[in-house]
Amino acid sequence: MRKPRWIAASVMPLALALTIAGCAGGGDDSNSGTPGGGTGDAGDPNGKLSAFGTEPENPLIPGNTTESGGSKVIRALWTGLTEYDAVTGESKNAHADKIETKDSKVFTVKLKAGWKFHDGTDVKAKNYVDAWNFTAYSPNGQQGASFFEQVAGYKDVHTEDPDGASGPQAAPEPTSKTMSGLKVVDDSTFEITLSDSFSVFPLKFGYNPFYPLPDSFFTDQKAFEAKPIGNGPFKFVSRTPNADITLARNDDYKGEGKPKFKDLVFKIFETNEAAYTATVAGELDFLDTVPASGIAGGKYKVDLKDRNGSTPYMGNQVLAFPLYQAQWQNVDLRKAVSLAIDRKSITEKIFEGTRLPADGWVNPAVPGYVKGQCGDLCTYNPEKAKEYLTKSGFKGTIELTTNADGGHKEWMTATCNSIKNALGLECTYNPIPTFAETRQKINAKQVTGIYRAGWIADYPSIENFMNQLYRTGASSNDGDYSNKKLDDILVKADAAPTVEEANKLYQEGERILAEDMPAIPLWNQTAQYGWSERIDNARLSSLRELDLTTVTVKK
Amino acid sequence: MGRYVLRRLLQLIPVFIGTTFLIYWLVWSLPGDPFAGKCGDRPCPDAYVSMMQDKFNLNDPLVVQYGKYMLNLIQGDFGQNFRLQDVGTLIGNAYPNTVKLAVVALIIEAIIGLSAGILTGLRGRGFLDNLTLVSTLFLISLPVFVTGFVIQLFFGMELGWIKATVSAKAPWHELIAPGFVLGSLSMAYVTRLTRTSIAENKRADYVRTAVAKGLPQSRVVGVHLLRNSAIPVLTFLGTDLGSLMGGAIVTEGIFDVKGIGNLVFKGIIAHDGVVVTGVVALLVVVYLLSNLLVDMLYAVLDPRIRYD
Amino acid sequence: MTDPSAASTVAPAEDFVVAAEHVESNKPRSLASDAWHDLRRRPLFLISGALILFILLMAAWPSLFTSVDPAAADLQYSRNPPSADAWFGYDTQGSDIFARVIYGARASIIVGVCATIVTVLIGGTLGLLAGFYGGWIDGLMSRIADVFFGLPFVLGAIVILSSLSTTGTQNVAQIMFLVIMSISVLSWPVCMRIMRSAAITAKNQDYVKAARALGASSSRIILRHMLPNAIAPVLVYATIALGAFIGAEATLSFLGLGLRAPVVSWGVMIADSRDWIRVAPHLLLFPAAFLTATVLAFVMLGDAVREALDPKMR
Repeated sequence: MRKPRWIAASVMPLALALTIAGCAGGGDDSNSGTPGGGTGDAGDPNGKLSAFGTEPENPLIPGNTTESGGSKVIRALWTGLTEYDAVTGESKNAHADKIETKDSKVFTVKLKAGWKFHDGTDVKAKNYVDAWNFTAYSPNGQQGASFFEQVAGYKDVHTEDPDGASGPQAAPEPTSKTMSGLKVVDDSTFEITLSDSFSVFPLKFGYNPFYPLPDSFFTDQKAFEAKPIGNGPFKFVSRTPNADITLARNDDYKGEGKPKFKDLVFKIFETNEAAYTATVAGELDFLDTVPASGIAGGKYKVDLKDRNGSTPYMGNQVLAFPLYQAQWQNVDLRKAVSLAIDRKSITEKIFEGTRLPADGWVNPAVPGYVKGQCGDLCTYNPEKAKEYLTKSGFKGTIELTTNADGGHKEWMTATCNSIKNALGLECTYNPIPTFAETRQKINAKQVTGIYRAGWIADYPSIENFMNQLYRTGASSNDGDYSNKKLDDILVKADAAPTVEEANKLYQEGERILAEDMPAIPLWNQTAQYGWSERIDNARLSSLRELDLTTVTVKK
Repeated sequence: MGRYVLRRLLQLIPVFIGTTFLIYWLVWSLPGDPFAGKCGDRPCPDAYVSMMQDKFNLNDPLVVQYGKYMLNLIQGDFGQNFRLQDVGTLIGNAYPNTVKLAVVALIIEAIIGLSAGILTGLRGRGFLDNLTLVSTLFLISLPVFVTGFVIQLFFGMELGWIKATVSAKAPWHELIAPGFVLGSLSMAYVTRLTRTSIAENKRADYVRTAVAKGLPQSRVVGVHLLRNSAIPVLTFLGTDLGSLMGGAIVTEGIFDVKGIGNLVFKGIIAHDGVVVTGVVALLVVVYLLSNLLVDMLYAVLDPRIRYD
Repeated sequence: MTDPSAASTVAPAEDFVVAAEHVESNKPRSLASDAWHDLRRRPLFLISGALILFILLMAAWPSLFTSVDPAAADLQYSRNPPSADAWFGYDTQGSDIFARVIYGARASIIVGVCATIVTVLIGGTLGLLAGFYGGWIDGLMSRIADVFFGLPFVLGAIVILSSLSTTGTQNVAQIMFLVIMSISVLSWPVCMRIMRSAAITAKNQDYVKAARALGASSSRIILRHMLPNAIAPVLVYATIALGAFIGAEATLSFLGLGLRAPVVSWGVMIADSRDWIRVAPHLLLFPAAFLTATVLAFVMLGDAVREALDPKMR
């Protein structure tokens, strides 16, 4: 009668649509022409390329930009003393000719001659020192200030707010506007003195806060914000908020990596999915992050046939314990949870193999990494997990939490299920609605459950994974982990005369983490990226951005 | 009528103040520190947070903040958002796209909805009627993101008939697919409302009289039946235009239309009261004016309705 | 009527008398009981009613339909298609979709039905009063509705749900209540406007004027004369709104604000399937099919009830 017709009529179109959608996914091979990548063809030198971008959080000032949306534009507009190799991540000289030190405490930097800013003025040593002083000076409120912590005189330019930013008291006025540890010797030489020896300090130089600023910045900052002036391979042309940022090749660029095309447009998309569809349709030339909907079932390899890539980068994901909560202070419980997580299945089923199970707290691509630091504790073992659990005597519920708007629900739920199945305990996943609220709760030490944490290296060094996260009182040590033995080793490592000796000590510190398990290593990240048929030789750099020196636009 | 219009315009002012204050208060009271998320995965330095708080008057009591904000707003200065971009420019760039999308959606839903509703209302029960019922139902029950995604996938990526995402200038023809998706839910309402209205009124005496007089079908339906059945449908279309112009976050997200919906949503997530209140202030005015127009249209269409 | 054979010759008149005598009580039947008698004979009503009862049964006693625990998850089965062990297949976490769909009925139905009832009650009452009294009452209520109209749904929902809830300390009933309230608070203006326009039209009809002339009190006019005539568009809206609210619940779940694990709802299942539609369509197909069928049933019911209640359609 009527009912079957209606039901049939409603289910049929749906099933039809889905079947066609499902089947057609594999059939689209219209872009099967080019092999993509590495033909050696120089391409069109006047070509135009569009890359995926997100709206920068702040005006484009290098010292105030630490998030990825602004960073990728900043790194196209500036080149610093050093830069990081696109493949290995190693630091090599860029504008710096020589960086010398005898004791890892006083560094003398000599600059190469002839480099100019985009407005024609010379890049002098003074420009570096002025920029660094500006960023470190606390009333300027620059996000990158803490990168200069080790420089002598930092405490004079950067004062702390005694009761935090939300309290009524204000930070006292700093006693100086310049750091005593920075000295300009002449136009192409300057000296950096640190408060203590720290051998890995030069590894930081390639990062945003260390870029130079032209004199015009200090005379008219508002004009600079409207039109940033750097010294890098690209110069600023125009910008439409929430739409695009347009750059053009700097033909006077003195550095090694001269771009092989002319115009670079960062297109701002509202969502990652929209950017993905645009890339598949050829409307966007380069996408540095394939969203989960593209990774599902390996679809991106089919949609972007012969124009996709996957590469590990220096980031990892961990589950951190809020050690200020009593129930997590039992080390046996923490180890039990780590043993209860089936990393292999989760990375296969939820991530389609785009994550690599972690065996330590440091990412494999980072210089200083050593295999197997976590030992057996990071391998799934339900029996051993139950042993540790009985030893700990814990009987309650395991709670996991993170921000709901980050797309983490699936793997967090899977992790929770893994813990539940292995330990036999109840496990709940309680997300906090927004990232901002999550950060606030973390900062205020109000988190009750095990929370997602992760780290992406600011500069390629094992030091970056240890000092910022696990030292007592470190800026990103959100769980309040404290171990004097570890602190002592880190101090020794910082003062080590060479990078190799320092790394050995940092590795020792990592083994201490295995004894304490303040955070559970989960997996290391890989990035999936794709490009359109218009470009060639596209690859992702170690900083997870398009390598602007090798990509070409086809003629 | 003139007095009525004047009264309504005067009533606009308290509503405007009420809504903007409500919004400002709601965003202000959202838990969470607005600057906590601006530094990536690490906490923002205290110096940065203090500087931003001073800049945006966040240490003042709420009413003072609201007052300062409104004073600027009345002079046309929408202020700056937390990214230090000029909000007025942002809205000026985004709003035309949303309006275009809303108009396209309204036209599509009105044409399809009205014709389907009239056809089925006149015919009564039958296969076509059931088919219409079921397909409108279908469109209602599927969430917008599924409809949008399937259409984008199908017609954009697979068949290539439409551009998968809308370009920044948002030309009219690119907005047809998103407009359809946006209007799909309302299309169902319009169809059903029209159908019900027509089915009810078709038995009325004046219709019978008109038919008895020998008027052609087109005149009976077009002149007599439609005019009387139109009122609930018009109410709905009027309110719908208002809400469509309020932006559709999901549709704009899928097709990457750079409109108000995304602007407001990002503002909420960022606890950026300046952006959200600015946009809502504009929307309120537009919405109230469109309501007034619809109410005036009642009186034109149905002479039995009188406003005093 | 003593002689059966004699009765046939006076049959015509008797037939009419007989028909009248079938009215059992002396009171004329009310609108509602009239409607009920009408409904009982419509196949549309019977079918939709049966379907709804079935779904309500599913919501109330899910264990009658499945013995599998909807929260049990084994990643080894992740996204397996339908088979003899699992009629609807497995979802991304490795949970049985059939079990989740059955258990999900409860949450989705409760949210949809309660939100609709609250919205119609608030919006309908205010709209009726505004339409009937007109004047400053109409002005005030319409302006209050306008203030709420200015609130985008997502903004209002995010704010209500995040200000009033502290994560981790909620029980299921509290979360559901908040979701229902936030949907209703943001949707009543639409209902109010529709009822108001219908009420204004009804108010100007002759029968209302006649009732007033006869001295009927305001409440009598509103309840017995205006309400039945104005209710049709609201009923149409309500039945559609039911579906929209279940969909709104899906959006809220999608944003992480609505119902949370361990609560299962069709909205949550549909939202979860978003990334995998192209790869494993069965993740979407089954909850969406149940959702469609439920909404269909309610709309059919609404149609049948409206036709039975509408005095003009007799």
